[in-house]
Amino acid sequence: MTVLAVKNLDARHGLLQAVREVSLDVEQGETVALVGANGAGKTTLMRAIAGAHKPAAGTITFNGYDVTRVPAHKRVDLGIALVPEGRKLFPQLTVEENLLVAKRSRNGADWDVARVLEAFPLLKPLRGKRAATLSGGEQQATAIGRALMTNPRLLLLDEVSLGLAPVAVDDVYRSLATLIEAGTTILLVEQDLRRALDNAHRVVCMLEGRVVLEGAAKDLTREQITEAYFGLRGAGA
Amino acid sequence: MIVQRWGRLSASATGFAFALAIALMFVPLVFGLATQEKLTSLLILVLMASMWNALAGYGGLVSVGQQAFIGLGAYGTVWLCNHNWNPYRAMIVAALFCGGVSIPLSFLVLRFRGAQFAIGMWVVAEAAAILVSLDQSLGAGTGTSLIELNYYTPSQRQHYTYWLTLGMVIFFLGLLFVLLRSRFGSSMQAIRDDEQAAASVGVRVVAGKRLLFVIAALGCGAAGAMTLANTLFIEPTSIFGVDYTAWMIFMVIVGGLGTFEGPIIGAIVLFLIQNEWSNSGVWYLVGLGAAAIAFALVLPRGIWGTLEERTGVRVMPVGYRLRRTAKVDARRVVKGART
Amino acid sequence: MTWVNDVIQGILLGGVYALLGCGLALMFGVMRIINLAHGDLAVLGAYFIMVVLDHWNVSPFLALLPVLPVMLLIGYGLQVTMLDRSLRSGVLIPLLTTFGLSIVIQNLLLEKFSPDVRSLGGNAGAIATSSWRISNSISISAIGALGLGVAIAVLGGLQLFLSRTQAGRQMRATAQDPDTAELVGVNARAVYARATAIAVAIAAIAGLFLAIRSTFFPFAGPTQLIFAFEAVVIGGMGSLWGTLAGGIVLGVAQTIGAQIDPSYAVLAGHLVFLAVLASPRGGLFSLRGATQ
Repeated sequence: MTVLAVKNLDARHGLLQAVREVSLDVEQGETVALVGANGAGKTTLMRAIAGAHKPAAGTITFNGYDVTRVPAHKRVDLGIALVPEGRKLFPQLTVEENLLVAKRSRNGADWDVARVLEAFPLLKPLRGKRAATLSGGEQQATAIGRALMTNPRLLLLDEVSLGLAPVAVDDVYRSLATLIEAGTTILLVEQDLRRALDNAHRVVCMLEGRVVLEGAAKDLTREQITEAYFGLRGAGA
Repeated sequence: MIVQRWGRLSASATGFAFALAIALMFVPLVFGLATQEKLTSLLILVLMASMWNALAGYGGLVSVGQQAFIGLGAYGTVWLCNHNWNPYRAMIVAALFCGGVSIPLSFLVLRFRGAQFAIGMWVVAEAAAILVSLDQSLGAGTGTSLIELNYYTPSQRQHYTYWLTLGMVIFFLGLLFVLLRSRFGSSMQAIRDDEQAAASVGVRVVAGKRLLFVIAALGCGAAGAMTLANTLFIEPTSIFGVDYTAWMIFMVIVGGLGTFEGPIIGAIVLFLIQNEWSNSGVWYLVGLGAAAIAFALVLPRGIWGTLEERTGVRVMPVGYRLRRTAKVDARRVVKGART
Repeated sequence: MTWVNDVIQGILLGGVYALLGCGLALMFGVMRIINLAHGDLAVLGAYFIMVVLDHWNVSPFLALLPVLPVMLLIGYGLQVTMLDRSLRSGVLIPLLTTFGLSIVIQNLLLEKFSPDVRSLGGNAGAIATSSWRISNSISISAIGALGLGVAIAVLGGLQLFLSRTQAGRQMRATAQDPDTAELVGVNARAVYARATAIAVAIAAIAGLFLAIRSTFFPFAGPTQLIFAFEAVVIGGMGSLWGTLAGGIVLGVAQTIGAQIDPSYAVLAGHLVFLAVLASPRGGLFSLRGATQ
């Protein structure tokens, strides 16, 4: 079943066109990696899907429901959760409060504070600590946990490895692996191609706002992706 | 594309402004006392509006307390006259006194930002009002008038008041015009757009704001002295009243914040409204308040600002303009660069 | 020993200032807006109570009960119509719109009720006049003690709301980062409207005590706004308890000033305010971000 269907999306930053006629589908239980250089439009696309950025044209359909005009907080009710670029925790709230703010119940297997702490054990001693005092890896874990507290049907992750030490990134992906195995539908933006190919079912590559390459991770070679990533061999623009 | 300061429109507008200033000097010889008094009131409004705009529009400093200087200018004049100064010289010196006082004051209040600065200035005005009302020699709480003006005939008094007011307005508008065209003007624009970035390229942010603060104090002090001369009677609660800020805010927001011409337009609008409706009691003030809200929400750039934005027209040459020259072939430029 | 009595009276007076400052601090903490009409809203609350008392001969405290929901609605309405649009436009627009609102409220009050000075002290009965004698020179007025008690209760209740309830947590999150709050399912506009509603309702409570302890008239708002702001700033703008401390300091400054000379009372408060602003710390509790 198609959880997310993006059709011909255009998004702008002022006069600059960040996303051009992007179409993208995500199926239930899939993990799709969105790759591309800085400025390719990935974050803008993610924010548009989450409702934080108003598209200039195109449609976004979630579980068959047109959410293009739906405000961000209502999309969370519907089941879309974004872990934003740069984590964006609430700095003066504690870890536990950051999690509780996002709490949303849904029938079925509910995420709650206890379950999030099980999934990210490094957070257990940090429950009462202010988010501003956490390290990068701890913040990332909290941010993902916060998104999970909304019991999402679609989890959007924007650059989870940005600014983290490799060890911390390993931890994050280990936790993500559990989610992936559990069948959570995930769309993630990742600069690190190896991680993208290792963890995702499908890869979509963007360049200058357009989708230039798309396919199953096991079918694509690193060379193909690298060429698309940098727009060599006339693959883009 | 070339960058220029003057265009045909700006040149004729500036010429027109000069001619107008000179023409206005002849008003007392042609028109009666009532007209002169009205024009003096209008000129005082223009001065107040321009000063508030200088602070808020160019300096980003929203002050709800400029009436502190209006009151100090008026009462400074009274004090000097009590000490046997010639009233008109006293008015000028009182304005200078306001400028002087504003320098040490600026070291205190310019540390505040945003709303703290706005209300901080209001508290300064309130404190000044209380201090003045405690002074018996200044008439205390019941108010005072400038009896020294009785040495002049009513028509002399009105003439001199008018000319002095006109002189002040020409001086301050001229000063702002020159400043805006100078490097200072560009720094103020930079500070308004992004204070941190401006500081990082060497713009002296606090010094710039201080200069505007002092100029605004001088101007408002002058306006206060002129108000005393034009209305003859003042008392602490009204001359230090926050109503003056209300007028200034109205004029600037309606006319156009941050433009040179805006405050003048706003002053004319307020003047016309006051003349038409000030006898309609309460509803006229309610209307003014509602109009201020409406402008702030719907037309925040004011009449002139919106006009400038929509048409791209710049009348007074205080900024820079881009003018397209012949079309340039980009490919030829690149080729030329490579060889 | 009258100095001790002055300090005590000042502390009791501080309760009213803390109540006045509380709503202002909440709006500033959540939305970074200083509502220049806040004092006028307190006075509006006092007039509403007066209207209720014109129809039913009850204690003003009871008359407050029907007025509170009306004030909540007014606050909610204000946010949704006017303040929401001002929010993302920088410092100037909210100041201008609330200033315009202040003028509108004052003049509508003048139109509807006369410029006469009023008081609700008479309607309050014994509580407005009774007091406990502690010693020969020290007495504590009932209304003063009640005012301080209510201030502490309101501030404490608000603090509990913010730190223990989900709605309070959402409010703090929105204060710190409204865009991200939306991304975790918080309706920022609704949160802002709730904050304004609460602030305006608390202003009404402050207005009640103002009306009983002293007097009010259509143009009394700006003076109350200045006192509210002074209380908030002296307390450091960072926390609600700071507003209580600031209100008390202001009250004490004013009563001690009055002891020197009655006309110095308000001036003393202004001078303390300016001195606090001039000091390096800028407030009793330093400027931390948002309501915590």
